[in-house]
Amino acid sequence: MKLSTRLMAATALATTAASGAAAEELTLCWAAWDPANALVELSKQFEAESGHTMNFEFVPWPNFADRMLNELNSGGQLCDLLIGDSQWIGGGAESGHYVKLNDFFEAEGISMDDFAPATVYAYSTWPKGSENYYALPAMGDANGWFYRRDWFEDPDIMAAYKEETGQDLREPESQQEMLQIAQFFQGREIDGQTRYGAAIFTERGSEGITMGATGALYAWGFKYENEPGTYDMEGAVNSPEAVEALEFYKTFYQTATPPGYTDSYMEQGLDAFKSGQVAMAMNWFAFFPGLYADPDVGGDKIGFFVNPPQNQPASTLGGQGISVVAYSDKQEAALEYIKWFAQPEIQQQWWDLGGYSAHNAVLGSDTFVDSAPFAADFLVAMESVQDFWQEPAYAELLLAMQKRLHDYIVADQGTAQEALDKLIEDWTETFEDEGKL
Amino acid sequence: MTETPIDRAARATPPSVARRVRGLSDRAIAWIFVAPTIFLLLAVNIFPLIWTIRLSFTNFRANRPNREVEWVGLRNYERILTDSDIWLTMQATAHFLIWTIVLQVLIGFTLAYLINKKFKGNDLWTTIIVLPMMLSPAVVGNFWTFLYQPQIGLFNYIVEFFTGIPASSFEMIGSVNLAPWSIVIVDTWMWTPFVMLICLAGLRSIPDYIYEAAEIDRASKWRQFWTITVPMVLPFLMLAVLFRGIENFKMFDLVVQLTGGGPGSVTELTSINLKREAFEKWRTGYASAYAIILFVTVFGLASIYVKALNKVKER
Repeated sequence: MKLSTRLMAATALATTAASGAAAEELTLCWAAWDPANALVELSKQFEAESGHTMNFEFVPWPNFADRMLNELNSGGQLCDLLIGDSQWIGGGAESGHYVKLNDFFEAEGISMDDFAPATVYAYSTWPKGSENYYALPAMGDANGWFYRRDWFEDPDIMAAYKEETGQDLREPESQQEMLQIAQFFQGREIDGQTRYGAAIFTERGSEGITMGATGALYAWGFKYENEPGTYDMEGAVNSPEAVEALEFYKTFYQTATPPGYTDSYMEQGLDAFKSGQVAMAMNWFAFFPGLYADPDVGGDKIGFFVNPPQNQPASTLGGQGISVVAYSDKQEAALEYIKWFAQPEIQQQWWDLGGYSAHNAVLGSDTFVDSAPFAADFLVAMESVQDFWQEPAYAELLLAMQKRLHDYIVADQGTAQEALDKLIEDWTETFEDEGKL
Repeated sequence: MTETPIDRAARATPPSVARRVRGLSDRAIAWIFVAPTIFLLLAVNIFPLIWTIRLSFTNFRANRPNREVEWVGLRNYERILTDSDIWLTMQATAHFLIWTIVLQVLIGFTLAYLINKKFKGNDLWTTIIVLPMMLSPAVVGNFWTFLYQPQIGLFNYIVEFFTGIPASSFEMIGSVNLAPWSIVIVDTWMWTPFVMLICLAGLRSIPDYIYEAAEIDRASKWRQFWTITVPMVLPFLMLAVLFRGIENFKMFDLVVQLTGGGPGSVTELTSINLKREAFEKWRTGYASAYAIILFVTVFGLASIYVKALNKVKER
């Protein structure tokens, strides 16, 4: 499309959005989890203001990628708006699934400078580092940790830990200290029940074990490429630090997780924590409001901490941006939703309801840090987030990593070095097929 | 003279149609009746097969239809046949296939032999035994994950009761050594009744007079079993093996629900691996080549087996 035509189209869209298009029934697609319920609540205001009706299609996480990517690949019109995972942005942009939003943002005065830079980079842009926007940051997220504060502050348990390790029981300040604490709790009798160290991600089918293990890999200094954009992976992906981190995660799995914890992701981790099985658990910040409100393990009984550093501070990025699906015939109304959602006051309400706003007006406000017990940790985590490949072939790259990590960590096959070497072979083959190598 | 259905149909046929049909040969009329079936067969089976063969020589990806498709010759086939991970998948499938068939045939035949004896409550026991195969594989896979759970699962406690091995000391679906057996056990539990039913049909088809003649000739029960029962049930048994072999070669739902192919890839059967290549990685060309290799394997083995089955029947 010529530039002038694109500008005209964008202006028309923006004008219609500003003036209020005819009432439409919009469908917003996302994963089925706690923040989705908050968005339903928030969107009632949009319905009242705009006259449009909002429908929601929420898919459980294990099937979310399959379901939504099939929908996009088939040019389906189920979703007008999609809050898609950050890794889909490359495929969404290159395959033409997402509407490019630059002209719309410009016409509506929506500035990406108003959002946290890490979220704009991860959720909105393709190619990386460019200023081509295909989504508005909708839900900031990172992988963090929570723990049983009541156990950590129990004098008997604290004394036992001191006696066993010579150190104070506290929120861990390094990955190794976290492992030590988890091993201390492993198999320990507390209140007449056997407890375990921690619930970590080990799931094989979708993205679980990769999201979990990268928490250690990034903290040790793992990189995907020697130089960004070169696809030169030898020595980066299989660096000595990466090998050490992977060995660490395997030790963690083998010595500090509940029995049978071989295929666990978000739900299983939450279950293990809520049922009192484990002292600590990793999971996405998105779940923290719900955990804090839990009558059994929330409130004073729970504490939160950022993924501990090892060689460097680092957290695995979660979260998503909201995009307009190119196959929708209600794009004007969908853009209207994005314009409404981008407003600072709506973003503040989004945070108040349990969503994670990425808007600077919310994150930088005086009240933000004290607004929730995990708010300060969220800010810290978002300063050092790293994401998986966001290439169009991300699914293939992810499945290869899932296989290599699960084979090594859970199935105990081969060494960490072999796992990472094979991963480079897999990824090289993919990039060769993609014509990038 | 009474009117036949053919007469009635002839009378009901409009004269214009009747004139046209009258000019057609029997062969042409036969083709008209067969044509819809042939058309459906071509559209649903043959065309997709030819299309898959064509795709198997390309680098086509269904999730990126706009990308230029390159002809890659035999590269996909070469990659598959030299990929050690795929051979491990084949081994996992072979392990699953062989052990499920062996166990199901042995247990199924034994159950059928026992059920075939006349005793009180025979019908009730038959109904109870066939219950597992009436369940959905997804449901079976799901509830067996709970049975195998090392902390609360019933299976581990039963093993502990009989062997004294502590229930929480082993993980059926989490252990590399035990996971392949965990799927064999569940499939055997679910599908042994099917083999039993087929064997039962075979056993009940043997006329009593053959056994009576053997009794008169003073043949022992052991001799009767090996010279009458086994040979006459064998074609049924072979048919059951064929059905179970084909079914288990393409086993997917039960195993995905139970282990998801893990731990690692030790229970990743070919069908699961193929699904990942085709619909998660979206390597359509590669997956097409994979599917063709599997098709040729199954078709070849099944053809040899059917020939053997026919020979047994002829005896």
